[in-house]
Amino acid sequence: MLNLITRRLAWLVVALTGATAVGGIAINRGEPVNTLWFITAALCIYAIAYRFYAAWIAASVLATDETRATPAERFNNGRDFVPTNRWVVFGHHFAAIAGPGPLIGPTLAAQFGYLPGTLWILFGAVLGGCVQDMTTLFFSTRRDGRSLGQMARDELGPIGGMAALTGTLIIMVILIAVLGLVVVNAMKHSPWATFTVAMTIPVAVVVGLYMRNIRPGRVLEGSLLGLVLLLLAVAGGGWVDHNETLRPLFDQEGLTLAWFVIGYGFIAAVLPVWLLLAPRDYLSTFMKLGTVILLALAIVLLHPDVKMPALTQFVDGSGPIFGGKLFPFVFITIACGAISGFHSLIASGTTPKLLANERDIRMIGYGGMLLESFVAIMAMIAATVLDPGVYFAINSPAGIVGKEAADAVATISSWGFPVTVEQMNALAREMGEKTLFARTGGAPSLAVGMASIFGSAFGQGMLAIWYHFAIMFEAVFILTTLDAGTRVGRFMLQDFLGNFSAKLGKTSWYPSVLLSSGIIVAAWGYFLYIGVIDPNGGVNILWPLFGIANQMLAAIALSVGTGILIKSGKLNRAWITGVPLAWLAIVTTTAAYEKVFSSDVRVGFLAAANDLAAKLASGALPPEKAAVAPQLIFNQQLDAGLTLFFIAVLWIVIGDMLRVALRHLQGLPIPPLSESPHEPSRLVEDWVRD
Amino acid sequence: MWHRLWRFIRRLSGDDAYERYLRHHGRCHAGEAPLSRREYFKREQERKWGGVRRCC
Repeated sequence: MLNLITRRLAWLVVALTGATAVGGIAINRGEPVNTLWFITAALCIYAIAYRFYAAWIAASVLATDETRATPAERFNNGRDFVPTNRWVVFGHHFAAIAGPGPLIGPTLAAQFGYLPGTLWILFGAVLGGCVQDMTTLFFSTRRDGRSLGQMARDELGPIGGMAALTGTLIIMVILIAVLGLVVVNAMKHSPWATFTVAMTIPVAVVVGLYMRNIRPGRVLEGSLLGLVLLLLAVAGGGWVDHNETLRPLFDQEGLTLAWFVIGYGFIAAVLPVWLLLAPRDYLSTFMKLGTVILLALAIVLLHPDVKMPALTQFVDGSGPIFGGKLFPFVFITIACGAISGFHSLIASGTTPKLLANERDIRMIGYGGMLLESFVAIMAMIAATVLDPGVYFAINSPAGIVGKEAADAVATISSWGFPVTVEQMNALAREMGEKTLFARTGGAPSLAVGMASIFGSAFGQGMLAIWYHFAIMFEAVFILTTLDAGTRVGRFMLQDFLGNFSAKLGKTSWYPSVLLSSGIIVAAWGYFLYIGVIDPNGGVNILWPLFGIANQMLAAIALSVGTGILIKSGKLNRAWITGVPLAWLAIVTTTAAYEKVFSSDVRVGFLAAANDLAAKLASGALPPEKAAVAPQLIFNQQLDAGLTLFFIAVLWIVIGDMLRVALRHLQGLPIPPLSESPHEPSRLVEDWVRD
Repeated sequence: MWHRLWRFIRRLSGDDAYERYLRHHGRCHAGEAPLSRREYFKREQERKWGGVRRCC
């Protein structure tokens, strides 16, 4: 009894601390807020959500059953189906879901101030993203580990299934394009960064050869070797940067770098996985986990003050980094840090095949996403501890604030965020870069933020090394996503082409491999190319497009979940997925509507196309802009079409789910629940997990 | 304690995959000859990269 009271009191303390921290962040005006409040607020909210909401969902809504054998146990084949220790599954699941998205999204969304993004990262995750990941994982586990597309087809019907598949393919293309753009912008005219990122390719190949030929399967040895080589590449970049003969080789225009990235993507997609993709993935996983832990330690040790105001004037839609009002664009921009549709592909892919017991679903599905949300909070901290003037100088494209440094600082200072040319030059020198003006895409500003945090916590003298380490860290796993995404896109396309010609569907037939890889690379390469030649910085176009696509995929996953809950007779509990679904439908549809039809040329695709066409016709454009204008006009129209397509897919799936739900409630025939029958688990309680 | 941590790290990174394969093979397919370390590693990497493995 005493024990129970103590525990209740402890949770009350957690709740009060969390409420104080959130209140402190939200209400504070004028005085600097310490980052420890962010960490405290996040940890308390996560703890309460995990202990109460997630536990309630597991017990009362999903009714996880620990006596029921999981697919891993029933189909244990020692390969993809293997009952695995929950911490190992958690590690694999987190490594798979955590990508560059939660680092970039919060960095961009910081233009609204620290508050809106932070609140959405916290509440969006515990009420939306974590629930999506957990329910998808549960439903897939109950269905022999089937994929989201298969579940959509089985539970809703062929239309839902088709929509899920098409959505996945297109989101992949947009994702790779925007990530490619981020890497290109980080390397543009930066010999140090270009050299370091370029070196990650031979390093991965060396590790691949080591793990295949010299010491087969010695993953830890190979990765350790790779890490040492990567750190040497970071240091070597500094040497190249000071070498008069080598420097010009790595000092390249954005467009040249974009062609390199496109060429690289094609080669990586057709090379055998062991040579480049697999070793790069080992390196990026170690890098990711190591850097995230290091950043968390550094923030706690240093706990700097946040310099960004809680809200900026850009909530009105006039923001320099991307156009659009706070609602709906903060949600579209944060995307993966709060709710990521992509996770449903992992939660219905590799993870359910490793689960040893259904009781682990809460920890892996819900807990994994909590950790991802925490990474997003750290990215938000890294962006907001910078001087706001510096933050805007790095992230605003030249097309908005002016090409000349003096113009840019004048514009940014006139917004009320003072910054000087000397300050920016000194910062660039410290970071070992020529300039930090208009380095859009989020990666450079995140790297500056991380470098200043790491530098203050672990040694100020090495700022340039920390900066390029951070760039390398981001580039390594952006390129992993690029390789892996192109490859998955290729498989999906080959699968589709296989309907027309059996030969084209064979993943080992080389002409088909080249053709389908070429199509996928051309698709994302096109968007990357346009993003690079766009004078307003392609981020303004591509990131919202990616956000809309990602939230659309999340809505598909939540539709499947809601449909299954209603079909299982849990209509009164279906709000756990239904409410996030409704919210995503509102946000995504509003954002899409504004992106297509807004009369603001920085928001509406059609308005931008018409505006550019009018300027072109009247001869108001300088010759170099007039040359690319027709391509930009076509691209804006294409983006408008694509956005409408996303929304059509979204509402088709929601409509299909509502149709099935209504028919179920009326007692009409519907596709039956595809849950596999109950089989008792033989893995007894004291079973030793290795 | 250190031993367990080391086992966990090897398990998490897949460093011990071949040893686990041999154990599984001995248990379930005792009659057949197992793959060599090199063959096993090659087959596993091809298989692992057949689907969505990484997110945004």
